[in-house]
Amino acid sequence: MKEVFELVGIVSYGTYIPRYRIKAEDIARIWGENADVIKGGLGVLEKSVPDLDEDTATISVEAAREAVRRAGINPKNIGAIFVGSESHPYAVKPTATIVGEALDVGNDFFAADLEFACKAGTAGIQNCMAMVEAGMIKYGLAIGSDTSQGAPGDPLEYSAAAGGAAFLVGNDGVIAEIEHTCSFTSDTPDFWRREGRPYPSHGGRFTGQPAYFRHVVSAAKMLMEETGLKPEDFNYAVFHQPNGKFPVRAARMLGFSKEQIEQGLVVRYVGNTYSGSSLLGFAAILDVAKPGDRILLVSFGSGAGSDAFSITVTDAIENLNRNPGVWDKISKKVYIDYGTYAKFRRKIRMR
Amino acid sequence: MLPRFWRKIRYRYDLIGTRCNTCGRNYYPPRNFCPVCRRRSSIEEVQLSGYGTVLSYSIVHDTPVGLKMEKPYVVALIQLDEGPIITSQLACEPEEVHDGMRVKAVFRKYGEDGEDGIIYYGTKFIPAEEA
Amino acid sequence: MRKVAVIGVGQSRFGELWDRSFRDIMLEAGVEALEDAGLEGKEIDALFVGNMSAGRYIAQEHVATLIADYAGLAELNIPSVRVEAADASGGLAVRMAHLAVASGMHDIVIAAGVEKVTDAGELSMEIMSSSADMEWEGFVGATLSAIYAMMTKLHMKEFGTTEEDLAMVSVKNHRNAVNNPKAQFKSEISVDAVLNSPYVAEPLKLLDCAPISDGAACVVLASEEVAKQYTDTPVYIKSSAQASDYLALHSRKDLTTMQSVVTASRQAYKQAGVEARDIDVAELHDSFTIAEIMAYEDLGFIEKGKGAELIREGIVEMGGEIPVNPSGGLKACGHAVGATGVRQVAELVLQLRGGAGKRQVECETALALNIGGTGGTAVVTILGR
Ligand SMILES: [Zn+2]
Repeated sequence: MKEVFELVGIVSYGTYIPRYRIKAEDIARIWGENADVIKGGLGVLEKSVPDLDEDTATISVEAAREAVRRAGINPKNIGAIFVGSESHPYAVKPTATIVGEALDVGNDFFAADLEFACKAGTAGIQNCMAMVEAGMIKYGLAIGSDTSQGAPGDPLEYSAAAGGAAFLVGNDGVIAEIEHTCSFTSDTPDFWRREGRPYPSHGGRFTGQPAYFRHVVSAAKMLMEETGLKPEDFNYAVFHQPNGKFPVRAARMLGFSKEQIEQGLVVRYVGNTYSGSSLLGFAAILDVAKPGDRILLVSFGSGAGSDAFSITVTDAIENLNRNPGVWDKISKKVYIDYGTYAKFRRKIRMR
Repeated sequence: MLPRFWRKIRYRYDLIGTRCNTCGRNYYPPRNFCPVCRRRSSIEEVQLSGYGTVLSYSIVHDTPVGLKMEKPYVVALIQLDEGPIITSQLACEPEEVHDGMRVKAVFRKYGEDGEDGIIYYGTKFIPAEEA
Repeated sequence: MRKVAVIGVGQSRFGELWDRSFRDIMLEAGVEALEDAGLEGKEIDALFVGNMSAGRYIAQEHVATLIADYAGLAELNIPSVRVEAADASGGLAVRMAHLAVASGMHDIVIAAGVEKVTDAGELSMEIMSSSADMEWEGFVGATLSAIYAMMTKLHMKEFGTTEEDLAMVSVKNHRNAVNNPKAQFKSEISVDAVLNSPYVAEPLKLLDCAPISDGAACVVLASEEVAKQYTDTPVYIKSSAQASDYLALHSRKDLTTMQSVVTASRQAYKQAGVEARDIDVAELHDSFTIAEIMAYEDLGFIEKGKGAELIREGIVEMGGEIPVNPSGGLKACGHAVGATGVRQVAELVLQLRGGAGKRQVECETALALNIGGTGGTAVVTILGR
């Protein structure tokens, strides 16, 4: 018998990673850095690079189409679309409407672009949850997607990558129930990009302790306190991945094991996909998760805040086609050199 | 050109063609009038699958001014599984393309109206096995 | 319908005419045609002007009146009509002038064609490519050369046409142009030079593609009776036909046949009472080398798929059975877009009169094929003594 009341949760998901990669070595050579030191320090070996015809809108559409296709739902039943990104193609003019049109959602839907550095995607999930719970919509689509930029020579250049993930949120046919979510938010200027500027700036080592670690750890602790859950109650954990080091340290600080975070630790091979970062890791976990598995998801957005989620996988996940998975997409790649990368990212231009 | 692009967004973003119910033929680009049935046309919109086969292609080196950054790019005639032939770009390396290649539709950027103008999105195709 | 004769022809030099304006080049061709016909000017009843895109090339519309004005005809207040069918505009202007005289509406009518492209700089190719379907071909970056390239690949695959075959068309037309003082490229090239020229749209290379040129051409048409007052050796337009097809290549049933060419030529043969084998010389629309080979087939010079044999066996060379493009064609004489169709007719009139100088061909019946874009329009004109 079907339950009268199902918890709101993830109905389906889709991901997109551009095919191009650049290795840390190729960037280090240009700037006279030692690649081994960089790779050791950042824990990022290579990163994804969008093609000239790819941007946050195209990545969002491709990820969203996969989510909708896997769910087999009528796109007209999507009542809200939130696209979280810090690289929306337009400063003014929504990405969400482009996604809605490309999905043939119709005109009867709520839509907004969100920006909260790297956590706008999870903020979108929270918005969708609230609207589903309030009965305002049947399904909501939350997307975290970015084609992030690092200034030439900036350490960010080794990690700033492109990719995205889309989550269909609802309370019908849920593959992973969201048991609880909470956020830890403060005004902490660790990383920013001023209006009209092409590249972000950051506080260097200030982005660590007072920003990333304080917010991620606080949000995770808050969630565990509010739910009474302990690290050992989770089969998997995934934290925002600005580099390969921070999420590993955050896990250790919170008492999570390497085994719990390994499946979702995608940053080493795709880089930091910003709004897509923790969500791509989360999707990689869903790719292999079994009914009953519990997952901790903690995002982080500079400026600053963290959204924490406790999510339990349902039996319905067995019926969802989860191929190709995130790690399959990570392994499909074409390497490019720095010159091509600079052209693709429009760091060099043709007159 | 802004309204001109906007008017067809629906058909460019998502491969929505038309079907003539009188003769059963599918059309893409969409037509308001079936060239076979003419006044007896009975046209309705139809969602195409986005899968097709490359009939012919060319690697374009002499490009319009707005596409110089993309040079060389691949333009192809693709027969969609529903019948119509479409002219589109293939978003893949020129070396990957071959006649008879199975392809599938993807959402990509076609260009922009300068740095201050709107961005033109639309449908391109990639090798289907990559999907 | 009355018989219509061509009593005067004129042509400007084709090429990059940096020092000449739209008006200058049109006038040059017009004056030559009037002198050739022995007209003063006031005898002219009407003007048809073939022009593809003055609006985009020189930001000037209303060019039919402009031309009548600068030709000194303003005070005659005669009708002046611009016709447009992409690069078949010129052929179409001849056809409309032909109809105007044949119908009895007018006695002496000018058909002119003109294009001034070099003022548009690097946009020239894009403007030319707007003869394709800009919504569904142009939008995706399918330039004119890319669309012809896709036809070329299919022709190669289906019929075994080779890149060397294509190159030979270009080589032939360059060789012919050496003897045409009005031609843009009066120099011979080798097959290797064509094959080694850079790709424009694979498999088409730079030397497979006609240039986009400045130029003008003009012919004076008159009814048979009127013509006899001006010349003892009139050349007649035996027939002219125009056909259309789907604008975009992807909509056509057969991607290696131009149905517009098939249709227009069969109508023209019928009206003229001739067959393909009666054609002694032809000016064909070689905007791309493949277009000339496809034209051999679609005009019925040879069966479908065997077009390349005509170039391989020298049949279309000067001195061959059907010399094609003695002028050098679009490739070597130059392709002044809206002027080309008029220039083709002017060339054939010279040939039929025996006034083509070093490039003279023995001929009684001649055919001009002018194509718009990728075959959306075809105009066939058959001329004879
Ligand atoms: Zn029909």
